Amino acid sequence: MLDKEGIAKRIAKEVKDGYYVNLGIGIPTLVANYIPENIDVVLQSENGLLGMGPFPFEGEEDPDTINAGKQTITKLPGSAVFDSAMSFGMIRAKKVNLTILGAMEVSENGDIANWKIPGKMVKGMGGAMDLVASAENIIVAMQHVNKAGESKLLPNCTLPLTGIKCVKKIVTELAVLDVLPDGGFKLVERAPGVSVEDIKKATAGKLVVEGDVPEMAI
Amino acid sequence: MNKVVSGAHEAINDIKDGMTLMLGGFGLCGLPEKTILALAESGIKDLTCISNNAGVDDFGIGLLLRNRQVKKMISSYVGENAEFERQLLSGELEVELIPQGTLATRCMAAGYGMPAIFTPAGIGTEVAEGKEIRNFNGKDYLMEMAFDADFAIVKAWKGDTMGNLVYRSTARNFNPVMAMAGKVTIAEVEELVEPGELDPDHIHTPGIYVHRIFKGENYEKRIEQRTVRKKQ
Repeated sequence: MLDKEGIAKRIAKEVKDGYYVNLGIGIPTLVANYIPENIDVVLQSENGLLGMGPFPFEGEEDPDTINAGKQTITKLPGSAVFDSAMSFGMIRAKKVNLTILGAMEVSENGDIANWKIPGKMVKGMGGAMDLVASAENIIVAMQHVNKAGESKLLPNCTLPLTGIKCVKKIVTELAVLDVLPDGGFKLVERAPGVSVEDIKKATAGKLVVEGDVPEMAI
Repeated sequence: MNKVVSGAHEAINDIKDGMTLMLGGFGLCGLPEKTILALAESGIKDLTCISNNAGVDDFGIGLLLRNRQVKKMISSYVGENAEFERQLLSGELEVELIPQGTLATRCMAAGYGMPAIFTPAGIGTEVAEGKEIRNFNGKDYLMEMAFDADFAIVKAWKGDTMGNLVYRSTARNFNPVMAMAGKVTIAEVEELVEPGELDPDHIHTPGIYVHRIFKGENYEKRIEQRTVRKKQ
C-alpha cells in the first residue's frame, strides 16, 4: 500500500519532458517534489502563473506571490505572470498538457465529484470545473476508500458532480487504474504488497482485470 | 484626465445600498484592502459582491460579511471563512458559486463589450441548471452572461494619475479583468506616479477603464498560507 508520498511519486512518472502541468491542492501538490531532474516541466498555477518554483526560504516570503492553494511560492527564471481570464484561457484552449487533481468520488465512466458535500461542506469548485471540462489528460490522485471504508470508485457518483466523462487515469494507495472509453476501471498496476483481490474488494464500480497485473515500480 | 481622489472614502462616496461590486484579488493576494476597510466603515448594505473568494473572518470581504453588509456573494471558492459558512448555512446570505474560469471570463466579456461567453465548465453539473447549452463541433458549452457591476474595485502595484495601472506578480489575478468590467472602476495603488513615469509598453490596464485612483498607505498584505523551506 502507498502513502501520500508514494501516490505522488507514482504520478510523477506520468509527467513527460516538455509538459505544462497543473497540480491541484493536496497530494497533487506533492508530485512537484518527484518530477525527475532530467526533464523539463513548467508548472501552471491557475491564479495566474507559469513557472511555479519551490516554497521561499524563511524570511523571503512575498505576499504578492502565491499559488492556487494560497501558499507562498517562488517564481523561476522564465516564469510568466498573467491575469485569471488568460489563465483559464490557456486551460480551455488545451495548452496545459496534464492536469492532476484530487477527488472525493470517481465513477466508472470518468465522472468526478470533488467540490461539495450537501449539508456538510460547501467551499466551492474553484477552478476544478474549468480544468476537468477542458483538459484532455486528467489524472486523479485519491484514496481508494473513504474513512468509513467505503469505495470512492463507484458505478455512479453520489455527490454533486464537478465534471462528466473526463477522468482518464486514477492513482490510489492500492492501484493505478485507467478509465476505459466504454466505462469501467481497468486495473493497470498494483501497489507493492496489494493483491488483485484487495483491489476488487475496495472497488465498487466495474473493475476490469486482464491477465497478470504487474506491481508498480516506484 | 486626472483621476486622482483623496482616498478610499472619497472613492466610494456614491456607492449605495443594494449595488453590485466587483472586488479584485485571489484569496488575500492583490486585495483592494483600503477600499474594503472604507466600505466596512461606511455602513453601506445589501451589497452583491463578485469576488473569487470571501476573505477570512477578520480581513478582506470577511469584514463586510461580519458587518452584515453583504446580501449576496458570487464566488468560486469560499473556504477559510467560518462566519461566511455560518451565514450561508443559516440562509442569511445568498451565495452563487461559479467556476473560477467562468467568473474571470464573465468579467472579461463585460470589459470587451460582449454580452455572453460559451464555456464547457459546469456541463453535466448543477452549475448548468437553467442555462442555455449550445453544441459547437460536437462538444457542449454553457452560455454564461457578462457581469453587470456598478463598481469594480481593484488593487494595483503602480498607477499614474491618468489611471494607467501596473500589477505585481500573482497579485494581478482578477484585478485587470475586473478593472475593465465596472461601470465605475476604483483603483487603489501602492505607488502613484505622474504620466510618463510608467512605460506605455508595460501598462496592464489602460487608464480608459479606470475612473478613480488613490494611493493607499501602509498595506498590510496579509499572507493566508505561509509556506517556507529551510535554508540548507
